[in-house]
Amino acid sequence: MNTRLPLLLLPAAVFVLGIYAWPTLLLLRNAFNEVGPTGAMIPAWSLATLRDVFADGFTLELTRNSLLLSASATALALLLAYPLSLFLFRTNSRWRGPLAVVAILPMLVSGVVRVFGWLAILGDRGLVNSVLQSVGLISAPLKLVFNWTGVTIGLTESIMPYMTLALLAGFGRLDRTLEEAARSLGASPWRGFLRVTLPLSLPAIALAGGLGFVLSMSAYITPKLLGGGRVFVLATEIFEQATTNTNWPVSAVLAIYTLVLLLALLALAQLASRALAR
Amino acid sequence: MNGAGRGLSLLAGGVYALILAPVVVVVALAFSADNFIVFPPSGFSLRWFRALAGNAPLLAALGVSVQVACAVTLLSLVIGVPAALALAKGRFRFREALTGFFLAPLLLPTLITGLALLLFFTRLRLTATLPGLALGHMTVTVPFVIRMMTTAFATLPHDIEAAAATLGAAPWRVLRRVTLPLALPGVIACACLSFLLSFDETVISLFLSGPRAATLPVEMVHYVEGRTDPLIAALSVVLIIFTLIVVVAVERLVGVARAVSK
Repeated sequence: MNTRLPLLLLPAAVFVLGIYAWPTLLLLRNAFNEVGPTGAMIPAWSLATLRDVFADGFTLELTRNSLLLSASATALALLLAYPLSLFLFRTNSRWRGPLAVVAILPMLVSGVVRVFGWLAILGDRGLVNSVLQSVGLISAPLKLVFNWTGVTIGLTESIMPYMTLALLAGFGRLDRTLEEAARSLGASPWRGFLRVTLPLSLPAIALAGGLGFVLSMSAYITPKLLGGGRVFVLATEIFEQATTNTNWPVSAVLAIYTLVLLLALLALAQLASRALAR
Repeated sequence: MNGAGRGLSLLAGGVYALILAPVVVVVALAFSADNFIVFPPSGFSLRWFRALAGNAPLLAALGVSVQVACAVTLLSLVIGVPAALALAKGRFRFREALTGFFLAPLLLPTLITGLALLLFFTRLRLTATLPGLALGHMTVTVPFVIRMMTTAFATLPHDIEAAAATLGAAPWRVLRRVTLPLALPGVIACACLSFLLSFDETVISLFLSGPRAATLPVEMVHYVEGRTDPLIAALSVVLIIFTLIVVVAVERLVGVARAVSK
């Protein structure tokens, strides 16, 4: 049986080569095509499209927007996911299983549904504005969606479950006896956390942060719907260029550029995690 | 030091409230009597569920999504489970490298995969077709099935298989009578999650959909972009209930946290 076992890999290999590897190479190839004055694609092997994309100030603005939004969403999500995962790691409630499922619930509910929920919470006549207006704190509704605020909140929520899982995996390697030792030597819970648990979990924080950053950089639905066409990031521009403008060379260049950024960020997170583990 | 402590539990409670807020609000909004997204609603009714039952484009998209998800689930298992078996049980060269190769599609964001598939499928005239959508979703589900089932096969108790073999069962008989029955809960859970992954897949579908064939999430995105009424909330309630059933089933079979993380 062992000699014939690798044959079982054949269908999967054909699939991954044909429907994944080949299209990805094709995407790479498209980045070297040129765009004619009418917007038609001219097959070529040139760097003209690449040059045009980076000569355009808009690309820089998109990059800045993507990085800033991802950074703020990742920071917020870390602040929320950290206590959540520490709680899940430490609790001995018999509801631990269901609680863990709820923590990763956003992963399992359609992104469109969650975005719609945020529209109802943050919209002009949504939950937050209704409450604030009824208690008289504000007279005109706060603008919480179709801008950066809305996109940041939506991104935060969508990356949180992934970061919770990453943090939980990191906590698994944490030695609980160390904090217990600190406590038994008279350290307060807060001090024990600051001096023992937090430093030990820094590598996990770096990895979870890298993951959250990459996920928010490549998110499309949240910036599209909660940004309401007013928030421009790399992901939305890649989609617009590919579909509305059918400008494949430009969308290919932007996609590869985004991918390079993502890889660099992931490598950075890995390096940081390793450095912090020492 | 046992348990989580008061302060930490309170903090976690707050985070849970944030996680649950969008879902709870959507459920309440589904029963709204208002014409627009107003929360809290001024009155309650079932009008948006009735509107949903009469919305032809959304129902057509639901049909597309169900067909695509069924095909995707079946094909992903047929392609993925044998591959996972080989990767988990085989002792051949380059096994690690091959595993990495099969899981590679999970590394790229669906935004990039969707774009690559759009460029590829346009030449083949597969955009806005059911086969095109199904193949697109399978770039997510096939690696998912391989990853989940490789772990499932690798963690099966070896001694039962070894016992069957010692008692004279041929390798294929061991596979059919011992390994596969033992792995069945995992396979079913895997099928459920593949269906859900395909059914919820939005970005690849947005690239590959067109007027001739659009999946439910694509129609939902278009609807939310164009209009602001609670119809999508009513639809969301139906989807959430459906998701919960699948999640509870998977939790019973293998545990959700394990299924999505490993």
